[in-house]
Amino acid sequence: MSYEPVIGLEVHLQLSTSTKLFCGCLAKYGAAPNSQTCPVCLGLPGVLPVLNERVMEWGIRVALAVDCQIAQTMKFDRKQYFYPDLPKNYQISQYDRPLAQRGHLDIVADHAPKRIGITRIHLEEDAGKLLHEASQTESYVDFNRTGVPLLEIVSEPDLRSPEEAYQYLIELKAIIEYLAVSTCNMEEGSLRCDTNVSLRRPGASQFGAKVEVKNLNSFKAVKQALAYEIQRQAVALDQGQRIRQETRLWDARALRTEPMRSKEGAADYRYFPEPDLVPFVIDRALIARMKATLPELPAERRRRYQDAYQLSAYDAQVLTQHAALGELFEGALRCGAPPKPAANWIMGDYLAHLNAKNREPESEKLRPEWLAHLIQLVDDGTISGKMAKDLFVQTLERGEDPRRLVEEGGLKQIVDAAALEPIADEVLRKNQRSVEDYLKGKTTAFTHLMGQAMKLSKGKANPQQMAALLKRKLEQVPS
Amino acid sequence: MALVTPEVIAQVARLARLRLEGPDLTRFTEQLSEILQYVQRLQAVDTERVEPTTHVLPLSNVLRKDEPRPSLPSDTVIALAPAQRPPFVAVPKVIET
Repeated sequence: MSYEPVIGLEVHLQLSTSTKLFCGCLAKYGAAPNSQTCPVCLGLPGVLPVLNERVMEWGIRVALAVDCQIAQTMKFDRKQYFYPDLPKNYQISQYDRPLAQRGHLDIVADHAPKRIGITRIHLEEDAGKLLHEASQTESYVDFNRTGVPLLEIVSEPDLRSPEEAYQYLIELKAIIEYLAVSTCNMEEGSLRCDTNVSLRRPGASQFGAKVEVKNLNSFKAVKQALAYEIQRQAVALDQGQRIRQETRLWDARALRTEPMRSKEGAADYRYFPEPDLVPFVIDRALIARMKATLPELPAERRRRYQDAYQLSAYDAQVLTQHAALGELFEGALRCGAPPKPAANWIMGDYLAHLNAKNREPESEKLRPEWLAHLIQLVDDGTISGKMAKDLFVQTLERGEDPRRLVEEGGLKQIVDAAALEPIADEVLRKNQRSVEDYLKGKTTAFTHLMGQAMKLSKGKANPQQMAALLKRKLEQVPS
Repeated sequence: MALVTPEVIAQVARLARLRLEGPDLTRFTEQLSEILQYVQRLQAVDTERVEPTTHVLPLSNVLRKDEPRPSLPSDTVIALAPAQRPPFVAVPKVIET
């Protein structure tokens, strides 16, 4: 039978403020274990948490970027559970008065635009980090992450396919990157994602029993886990089984979900208002001030690229996925590069390079003027298109201006007729067979001669010029 | 009238990681019922026109700047825990499966 998947996503975003949510400890990733804690984040008796002003401001910026209604008053609550990574035995979170509610995000999936609702955005503190290696009997805790500010962004169950979920995440990540409030690094855990999925018969108004899937370490994993889970539930329903409401973990190696044993029995968090934190009245003037600081967001930038540079919707989409790609593109244009070639280099060779090296555009040191110089070197005939591809790799690997690399390495294309002549002559002399074949009408022989000429010039001959020269000389050969 | 049953007490004890058995369970059931009965007298107050109160202090918006302050030394922190494996705190094996 056919079913309609109903998917919702919960994204946890670590804000890259300098200090933690409620204390002055550094929130920096990668510090020596247990070197960034204090009585407040460890929950020692008698301490008083105080909200980091920047967290509230950045939270408002994110909420505005996804068109949420910002609360007039927000408050914090205690969510209580025991776990070794939670030193206070409760997490300070927001329950019934979150920072913001009722927003939306526009995506394009399978060529169709779609608006995905955002239920709420709230602030909470992160837990510590557990390490499980090296011992059969013990786990180890690093409390540096305890109290690092998190923004939880909950979507409405509006997503209908793994692809839509994937596009939602891509778009949300792009927005957050443009706002520069988080590093959005899934490997380092600054962006985490859980998903809920259920199936129902098409047209049904009721939702089926929902399954929560955790342990998703990449956007690709989200897509794979959802596809797996949809299939698993469909098979079970076809066999007349009932879907159990449960939490499952994605196993990225086995490519399947498994029930999570530790979550059996309904959770009982006994939320109550955090007595140590007074309520926060969110001033309309503060919201207006934050609104004024919003940068151009991906959707807006996409429209501008299409209008101003005549890029296709697809090109604009790719170039705006990462803030850094757009900056590279526009930087190259400012240095004189024409839009379409600049876009092609970034979307083709550059993205292929990043993918091959598994690197993010933010960590790469390709300067926009280098890209502009490269395009110019091709345009004025200094190097061939093929040489440009090699030169681009050199530019990336050595971190140097392609202009300098050309001068240093003698990569310059030979356009001087006087220099091309002896090469052509030598090729014709050494390849008599091919010359005869060509004259007998076998045109493929020419390809061989061209290849030899390019090889002899170490790839530096201007191909158009060399081809013309060879043809002219072949016509002059007495038959 | 019993407001709480021994089952509720057992559940609350479990959530609080307390071991309560036999006569203790009965004793706490009675005591907690009495306390709740006393608190129930508040139900008589008319709160029709009263806004829910989460905090009693006339204060709001207590904020601090995003400026770092010194943290505790790592060895001081891990010494607070019952077991350690420097630079970590050691806990019984927990793994989510």
